[in-house]
Formats: sequence, structure tokens, C-alpha cells
Amino acid sequence: MPAHSSRFKEQALAAFAAITPTPGVAKPDPIIVADKVTRRFGGLTAVNVDHVEIQRGSITALIGPNGAGKTTFFNLLTGFDSVNEGTWTLNGEQIAGTPPHKVARKGMVRTFQLTKALYRLSVLDNMRLAATGQRGESFIRGLFPFIWRKQESAITAQAEELLTRFKLIDKKSDFAAALSGGQRKLLEMARALMVKPEIVMLDEPMAGVNPALKQSLLGHIKDLRDEGMTVLFVEHDMDMVRDISDWVIVMAEGKIVAEGSPESVMGNQAVIDAYLGAHHDVSLDEGRS
Amino acid sequence: MDFLFITQQSLSAAIGVNTIIFALAAIGLNMHFGYTGLLNFGQAGFLAVGAYSVAVAVVSFNISLWIALLIGIGNSIILALLLGIPTLRLRADYLAIVTIAAGEIIRQIARSATFNDTLGGSDGITGKFGKEFFDLNPFSEGLNLPFLRYTPNDLWVVVVGWSVVALILALMWLLVNSPWGRLLKAIREDEDAVRSLGKNVYLYKIQSLIAGGVIGSIGGFVYALSRQSVQPDNYGTALTFFAYTVLILGGAARVMAPVAGAVIFWFLLVFVEQFLRQAVSAGYIPDWLIGVNQVGQIRFMLVGLGLMLLMIFRPQGIFGDRKELALDARA
Amino acid sequence: MRKKRFGALMMFATIATTLSCLGFGFGATGAASAATPTFIQGTLIDTEKNPLPGVGISATGPNNFSSTSITDSSGKWQIEVPVAAVYEVSINQEQLPDGQALTDPTRATIKANVISLGFNVTILFPIGPGVEKASDLERGAQLLADGLILALVIALAALGLNLVFGTTGLTNFAHGELLTLGGLLTYYLSAIVGLKVIFAVPIAVLLSAFIGGYLQDKVLWQPLRRRGTGLIAALIVSIGLAILIRYFFLFIFGGDTRQLPEYAGQDGLTIGLVSITPKSIITSSIGLAMLIAATMWLSRSHMGKASRAVADNPALASSSGIEVERVIRAVWILGATLAGFAGIMVTINQGVSFVLGQDLLLLIFAAVTLGGLGTINGALIGSLVIGVSIQLSTLFIPTELKYVGALAILIIILLVRPQGILGKKGRIG
Repeated sequence: MPAHSSRFKEQALAAFAAITPTPGVAKPDPIIVADKVTRRFGGLTAVNVDHVEIQRGSITALIGPNGAGKTTFFNLLTGFDSVNEGTWTLNGEQIAGTPPHKVARKGMVRTFQLTKALYRLSVLDNMRLAATGQRGESFIRGLFPFIWRKQESAITAQAEELLTRFKLIDKKSDFAAALSGGQRKLLEMARALMVKPEIVMLDEPMAGVNPALKQSLLGHIKDLRDEGMTVLFVEHDMDMVRDISDWVIVMAEGKIVAEGSPESVMGNQAVIDAYLGAHHDVSLDEGRS
Repeated sequence: MDFLFITQQSLSAAIGVNTIIFALAAIGLNMHFGYTGLLNFGQAGFLAVGAYSVAVAVVSFNISLWIALLIGIGNSIILALLLGIPTLRLRADYLAIVTIAAGEIIRQIARSATFNDTLGGSDGITGKFGKEFFDLNPFSEGLNLPFLRYTPNDLWVVVVGWSVVALILALMWLLVNSPWGRLLKAIREDEDAVRSLGKNVYLYKIQSLIAGGVIGSIGGFVYALSRQSVQPDNYGTALTFFAYTVLILGGAARVMAPVAGAVIFWFLLVFVEQFLRQAVSAGYIPDWLIGVNQVGQIRFMLVGLGLMLLMIFRPQGIFGDRKELALDARA
Repeated sequence: MRKKRFGALMMFATIATTLSCLGFGFGATGAASAATPTFIQGTLIDTEKNPLPGVGISATGPNNFSSTSITDSSGKWQIEVPVAAVYEVSINQEQLPDGQALTDPTRATIKANVISLGFNVTILFPIGPGVEKASDLERGAQLLADGLILALVIALAALGLNLVFGTTGLTNFAHGELLTLGGLLTYYLSAIVGLKVIFAVPIAVLLSAFIGGYLQDKVLWQPLRRRGTGLIAALIVSIGLAILIRYFFLFIFGGDTRQLPEYAGQDGLTIGLVSITPKSIITSSIGLAMLIAATMWLSRSHMGKASRAVADNPALASSSGIEVERVIRAVWILGATLAGFAGIMVTINQGVSFVLGQDLLLLIFAAVTLGGLGTINGALIGSLVIGVSIQLSTLFIPTELKYVGALAILIIILLVRPQGILGKKGRIG
């Protein structure tokens, strides 16, 4: 595990230092730039993001009250839902309308709010599945084990290394269904890393995780940044947001209402309004998000 | 009661032609449902396409049987594409309804008077379209063992049929233990998770539908050749449902399950029928309760009841293991 | 449906005469030598066997062969042909007397295959009293009326299927057997017990509700829900149940279609452009009233609203104090009642057999899928589309392929709108 040197955190913070914390502000080195992203469900506008940029190599938190459109925004960016209008780029490349598997291959990999461990596959198979460019994934070549066996060994070694790091190696032969909720979150994160992504999108990584595992999950998320990946995550746990994020984006009623460092955002009137006051009824839409 | 006869009939059926046909239909379903989680209720349609391709090509168009078999495989691939391209993006329950509808469309077109000239209408097609196959029959005598009895032609069908089943099972074993098979199983568990990892789920679902459909159509070849006749109403939804019963009996997502299921299914079906028939005619069962020609209905009632009880109490099948059952509670 | 029944009778008569004519033809000419003149011939008669004289019949064939014959006073006509070939024989419909027309206007030209000289070929043009004088408008109107009645049957069944799906997630393949149950109960109560249909029907409806709704849910589905049986497992259980019940019905009832003794041969009333039997009018009215009452109950009553809440989100409904199990039981009873009456409608108007429900099940599924699984109004709209399009499609395609047409419509609509007409698009994550 790489040392928790603060070098990466400082680098990330330095990039944000010169930025005015206003909604939709430009970043020095954005990996994602989204414009006019709109998603409506019937009469309800779930997402209406005018402009947002995500800084490369940082940990950015996306927060907001229930029903603010965070998960929908995630789904849109990763291709799991389609927009009514809007465009966004990954590394400068237009990817609006790209199907989810192609988005993942371009280096943007997500996890889900409700963990999607593949229950009746072993933990090791969950990991091996995610490796990219597997020769044996073709129907014809799959029939000839000698074609893919060597690559499979390399993938297995890589998977076991990650499982060791995420402390799941003892469980590698178990079905994923036998893991605890927190372990499934770890597995899902480790599995995402098998894809070797540039940006990892975590949808409520802490939901349903017991306090003992939380610290270890936090450590793993910081490690992602320290290995050069970008992390964008949705979270309700404010302690966690304060602890690990370099930058915070606040959504309410589908719009981005504030941006800034964790400290500045927590004191921002717009944020407090969004959470507590003016739009309290918004949270009634929870059922759909 | 002639128990020797009952056993002979049941055992002959258990490794006979019908068992081969249902094993092949269920192996195809195992690919779809057991490994990929696709609820294909149109498997009868794939068998119909296989059977009719052979009969129509040879009888109506005078094409060689061997080429007709290739045409049959080609047609089943086309059917899989026609079914899969529109429906595999839909939710599982929609797929079930669309495939069952497609199976019925095929049957009704096959039996319609409109296409009587080529497809034979409701009588189907009867003819010597298996001649080229039976010309190769090396058996001049049938089998007449105490517990097993086949005519020469049946024996030839059974030997070739089981060889084909063995070959397909070997390929199936290789496939499901490859990364390709791992992908199918992952799709069965949660296709969004698989998508999020950069895999083209749609492509693999279509491949699975084609592979299982082709295996089903090979079952259709056996059906048509063994009887030298095709009849549209043999390919109704009941065929699909019985194939599911066979699969679940053996235990879905196990390579050997469809064969085990088919053997047990046909053994029991014939055993029950022969037993009841003899019991009725010997007077052990009173006439007012069950008539001789009602025996067939009783055995299908038992199939239905058996399917329910299996699914409720042993969804993992006869040979499945309890651990997986526990995990399946969520599905 | 007097016209319909009459048409069927006509067709039967036609087939019978064709067969006998053919037999006759071969018998009479088979012995003749090839040198004897060869004719394409026939006798033009109406359904009362009255000859129709003075109608032109012409034949065309190879080498520009063309010849015309006019029917004589006994309706006979014959055209001598020079070579063995396929000829096209046409009737001049304008010369038919008023009130008489081809029963199948598409058969004004018939191919006659003269296999070899010496063998006469007999051709029959079936003529009926104005049956097919019906204009496209009239045919369309009649088919629309038939389609609306079929749609009503489908809708009654589809509503229950969809409610059960919405509240429990069960795709119930045994739903068709609820229709058969209603029909068989009515048959037994009226034909065997001897009750008047007017008393048999309400009892059959109540028994359907009790056996098909209350008991079925209590004995089978509720315990399965408690066990946590998965949705796909439950679906397969329902297939097993459907097979069990269907063959049980076959076991006790036999394989034939039987009519209720009462009202069996009722004459149709002509209302505007359509002909409809009184029993059909009455059963349809009751069916429509039941459907309206059910949708009102769903939208107005406490239990109805609760059932929609459960369909929307069972967990949320449960946490807001709705007794989910009671709602599901109510939905089962409602569904079985409506389905039972749908089966009774079919039984009274067309007779009952053990596959009554099975034959309709796919159409019910098609309607529900078309409208959007789990949506109430969707099921009604889907039923309307399926029922009407099945009947109207026979204007363009052979009647025997009408179900194919309906199922094809289902697949095409799903291509364009995968969630069905009124279904909601799913959200992920």
C-alpha cells in the first residue's frame, strides 16, 4: 500500500487554491467537462446542470439532499441513462450518448449505490471477470483453453494482488453472496480497479458499511488518488466528505448550487438552504433516486 | 401386471429418441436460462425451425439432407437474431412474453392453410426426407435385450443422437468454464454490473441466444428425422414448458443437468403411463375413476405437479447443492 | 352472429358439394378415352339449390386460349379445353341475380388444373344470399364490433393479471385457467345441475372468486411469498400449476368444446351495420359494467388506492401502514372474479373447452405487455389494441393468421417503445 504521504493531497489542493468557489467554475486540468446536461422524468426535471468540471487527480465529492439528482447525474455521465439534452467530455473526447460499456472502456468506471456483487460467482471470478482485453471472452477462442490460459494466470495474479490489498484474499473461493455488506463494497471497488480506470465514480461508497470497515474504505479511496486516479463520489456522510475530499460540488433540485473546498462549502448558505430550509419538501422524492 | 414390460418400455424411453430430443432442447435452455438468465419461452420455435428446415428443404425443394441440416442451423441463427436484436434490451419478463409469442407465430404459420404448399398445413410434412441418413445405418438388426428394445432405425437414431449430445456437452463444458462462460454467468447475476466493467452485455446475450437456439434446432433435426415427419402442433408451448421441467429436474446451470433431467423425465413419464394403463386394464383402478384413455392426462397432471413441487422445494434440481439454493433466495 | 354461423354452414355445404362433384366428375369421365372432348365444367346454384341461369363463366389458358360459357336453365356450364394445362376460370359477378353474391369475393377467379385430356374438371363458385354483398364498411363495422367484444374479454382478464403482477411481481402463466374455471363452473351448474344460466353465472363468478382468488392465494402464493420464493421461480411454479390444472380439466371434462344448452342457437339482431346476438349484448354489458366498477374501485376506494401504492413501491406502502398482504389478497380475488367472468362470456357465446383460457392467455399477455407491465390503464388500452386489431386484421390477412398478426404487432410496438404504451422507463442505480 502506498504511503499516505500528503504530497498527492497537497498537489490536488494546490490545483484548487487559485479557483473562485462558484458553481460551474473552470478547473486548471479538467478530466470531465459537462455542459447543459438535462434529464426530465415526466414533468419533473431531475438533472439540470449548466456547466461543471471535474479536476483530474483529485477526490471530488458530489453532495446534496435526497432527490437532488446526484445518482441520476452519475447514471447520465456513465451512459446508464440517456439525457434529454446536454454534452460532456472525458479527456476532451465527446462521450454523450456512448453506451455504458464503452464509457467504462474509455477509463470511467463506476460502482453502484446498491452493491452489485455477482452473487453466484466466486470472489476471485468477480475480480477476473473485470479484466480488460481477455482473449477467452470470444466465443470461438473460449473453446480452446490453450489460447487464453496464460493470460488467465496473469489476470488471476493481478486479482489476487488486489484482493490481498483489500483484505479479501481469504474469501477468494467463496461466493460473493457470502460476503458482508461492507466486504461487498470493498469487492466492488477492487473489481473496478481491475479495469485500470482513469476515473472512478463511487455512488455512496459508505452506505451500509460498518464503522470498522469505514476507515479502511476511506484509506482505499485516498490510495486511488495517490495512484493518479480521479475519484468522483456521491455521499451523505458529511464526516467522510470532510475527511477525504479535495473539492465538493453541491446539487439541489437537479442544479449545481455551490462548489468549493469542504470547509467553505459546509458554511455556505446555499448549501444549508438546500439541506435544511427552503426546499425541504424536495426530499419527498427520495423513492425514485 | 407385467412389470418386465413396464420396465422395458420405461428404460427404452429413458435412453430413447424422445429423451435425446428433450435433452437437446434443455441443453439449449440451459445456455439461455441456466447460464445467462435469459427467459426464453420460445424454445419450441427453435426446434420447429430445425425440423421444418430439414423437411421442407428435402421434400419441397429436393435439397440434399446434409445441406438441409446446414440450412436448418442457418435458419435457427436467423431466428435468434430476429428474436434477440429487438428483445434482448428489454426486461427479462418482456423477453419471456415476446419469445413465447414468437414461438406461437412460428407454429401458427407452419400450420396455416395459406402456406400449405410448402409447409404442409396442419398435417405437417411426412416423407422419406431422412433417407440419406438411414442409408448410412450400419445396424441391420435392432436391439432386443430383456430391458431394452429398439428397431434398427431407432437404434441408429439413438446411437447418433447420443453421440451428438456427448459432443455438444463437451463443447458446452469448455464454453462455460472459459472466460466467455464466466461473462454469461455474470450477466445472469447482474447485467448492469457487467456493463459497468466495460463488457458489451448485449453482444454476449445474442451469442448465448444463438448458441442455445442452434442446439435446440439440432433437437428439431432429431425430432424430424426419427419420425420422418414434422407436425406443427408438436412444437407448441407445451414442448418448451416440458423442456424447462427437464432442465429444472436436473438442476439449471450444470452441464450434465439436461441429460439427467431428460432421462428421469421420460423414465417416469413412461413408467407412470404404463403402470396406470396396466393397473386400469387389470382392474386395480376402477373404471369410473380413470379410463384407459385418461391415463395420458394423469401423467401430464403429474408433470405439472412435479414442476411446481420441484421449483418450490428443490429449485436446485435433483443433483444441485444446497449451498447455491441458499444463495438463490434473492433472485 | 347469424351471418357468421350462416357463413360457416355455407362453407360446409360448399366443401361437401365440391367433394361430391369431384368424385362424380372422375367417376363419369375416368373410363372415357383420351380422345373424348375435355371440359372444365360446373353447376351454379344458390344455397337453396336453385339454379342460377344466364351467368357468364370464362376460362383462359395457354396459347391465348379463351372461351366463355353461359349457365343454362339448370345452372350448368361447360367449357371445352384443347390441352392439359392450368386454366384460369372467372365468373362474371355482375350477371348474378340481385341478392346473390360470391361468398368469398376473392375467389371470382379459380385455377383449374386439367391433369390430362379426358378427365373433366369441375369448378364450384359458392354463391350465397348477399352474405358477401356486405360492403367493406359493413364488414369493417361487424369486425370492429367483434373486436370490441374480444377486447372486453381480454381486458377483464388482463386487469387481474396486471394487478397481480404489479403488487407481487408474479408473471402468472396460470391466469388463463381462471377463465376456464369460470366457464366450466357455469357449464356444470347449468348443463349438469340444471340451473338457469341467469342463476348459474353469479354462482360461478362467486366460486371463481373464492377458489381462483381467495383459495389460490391463501394455499399457494401467500406461503410462497413468505418463503421468499424468487420471481422467476414463482413464474415457473405458475407454469406447473397451469399444466396441472389444464390436464385436470381435460381429465374431468374431456377434450371437446361444449355449448350451454340454454341460448345455444340464438338469432342475431341487426343494429345499424352490425349483427349481434342478445346474449352477446347482455354479457358484454355486464362485462363492461364490471370493468368500469373495478377501475372505479381501484381509483376511488381505500383498498384500491392501497393496491396501487403497493404496486408502486411495496416497501414504502408497508412502512406507511398499508397491510400489503390484505391488499394482495383483495387483488387476487378481484382478478379471479374478472377473469372468471371473462371465461363465462366466452362460454355463453362460443362454448367452453379445457383450453379456453390457454388459447386466450397469449393475447392477454400481449395486451398487458403492450400497455406496459403493471400499469392499469395500460392493460385496458393494450386489450383494446389487441382485440380490435385481431378482428380488423382479417380484412387484410387470412383469418387463420389473425393471432399471428396481433403477436407481430406486439413485437413491433415493443421495438419502438420497449416499456409498452404507458409503461414507465426504468431507472438504474
